[in-house]
Amino acid sequence: MYGLRDKYAIAGVGETAYTRNSGVPVLDLAVEACLNAARDAGVDVKDVDGIVSYNFGDSAPAIAVATALGIPNVGYAVDFAGGGNAANLITLSAAAAMEAGLAKKVLCFRAMNGRSGFRLGGGREMLARGVTQHTAPFGWITYPQAMAMWARRHIVKYGTSAEEFGSVAVTFRENASLNERAMQRAPITMDDYLASRFIVEPFRMLDICLESDGACAVLMTDAARAKDMAKKPVYIMGGAYGGGPDQGEDLFDAIRWPDHSENYAAYIADDLWKSAGVGPRDVDVAQIYDCFTYSVLMQLEGFGFAKPGEAGAYCASGAIRRDGELPLNTHGGLLSEAYIHGFNHVVEAVRQLRGECGPRQVEGAEIALTTAGAMTCGSAMVLRN
Amino acid sequence: MNEVSKPIPVADAETAPYWDGCREGRLLIQQCADCRRRRFPPHRLCPHCHSANADWVEATGRGKVYSWIVVNHPVPKEVYREEVPYVVALIELEEGVRMVSNIVGCDPHDVAADMPVSVFFEPADGGMVLPRFRPATGAA
Repeated sequence: MYGLRDKYAIAGVGETAYTRNSGVPVLDLAVEACLNAARDAGVDVKDVDGIVSYNFGDSAPAIAVATALGIPNVGYAVDFAGGGNAANLITLSAAAAMEAGLAKKVLCFRAMNGRSGFRLGGGREMLARGVTQHTAPFGWITYPQAMAMWARRHIVKYGTSAEEFGSVAVTFRENASLNERAMQRAPITMDDYLASRFIVEPFRMLDICLESDGACAVLMTDAARAKDMAKKPVYIMGGAYGGGPDQGEDLFDAIRWPDHSENYAAYIADDLWKSAGVGPRDVDVAQIYDCFTYSVLMQLEGFGFAKPGEAGAYCASGAIRRDGELPLNTHGGLLSEAYIHGFNHVVEAVRQLRGECGPRQVEGAEIALTTAGAMTCGSAMVLRN
Repeated sequence: MNEVSKPIPVADAETAPYWDGCREGRLLIQQCADCRRRRFPPHRLCPHCHSANADWVEATGRGKVYSWIVVNHPVPKEVYREEVPYVVALIELEEGVRMVSNIVGCDPHDVAADMPVSVFFEPADGGMVLPRFRPATGAA
């Protein structure tokens, strides 16, 4: 996303409670989160004129949410068919839509009954069509199974240790213990991590994110309007979406991917940092997509925080803790706060830049990174206050 | 579907020759008749030169393990409960393409990167025959 530095801002954030069973349709969750984001910005939700989301057929369509909110004029409504890779693509697309004059105030949301309803970690349909005919019949069915294949290559190539993966899980849980919204707040030790049972090797239970019901949303507008709204604006400095060659035929398939020891991050880092005009050393706090522990390591390497193969040692050194040089996933991440498919990372980044995070606040945070994606494609943003 | 089964591959216009080959005990991959590059999974057009001219060539069935996982927790439980632990691997064939399959015939924890493996064919649910791999005997 070039040429739009600091031109668009996040003016409001909102969410629902994060639970194992919301007891309500996903549309209700989306409406509640969107309403909270608009209220947070001090905006009458009926003045919103754009709405964008992403889903796997497990959510409410953007236009259904606009209808439920009684929004009269919708100039932009899009549902991306996407997974975690799209969590920052929707905000970048909202900026693009506003730049094109399609809308002036855009709600971006992700809503899911990811535990009580459609479970992403669950099975796929038993008739394997398309590229799935070459994967599922061999019992390669769930996302943990897909991504364990990537983690393995990192281990093969670099000798990444269980303790290095574990340091990510332990650190994020420590952060979650300070976040009243987090679904898993009980601290864990490295011994707890190492003793947690294998689900699909090399993944233990504690390498794998939560399954959650919930929704979160942000309200975006242009910088001039944002200045007149209720909260301190958080500006989008830059962003990027993409991945490498041979991404495959769906998010699961990566049969042809060149090197599974690195993911999308290595391919979009240049665009991200050039568009934002800053680099990894300028980041005060980062919310890194953590559907699994390994994805944090690959993104730290891809985005230039550590050399290839060295992110494990970097995490284990304590650098990613709240008092380290690069505090990560201060809300507890997808591993311990909730799995709202990475969009909760955007909400947390905004709150950190506003200084609203109480005991888990990173003092003086001015620049934040949010990332989204774990395999062949993904998105990222650099934000500032 | 209410009945539980393992996922059944549904052959289509592009993949039918591949699955027919499996039934005959032959591992067939496509080779572009123009640029000569091999490809998997099967598709009508070559992704490199976009030619629609392709030959089906029989692979040696030999390859090596590129990456692998050991599935401990069965999903769906009722289908894979008796199967775990099992190995799913990305296998690099001698022909230069990668495919997904299982490694059987050894302890799951004996699988290693670059381990030589060779194909065999096994009847599966839905009347299909799947290519599976086991450790190669003799020189790779």
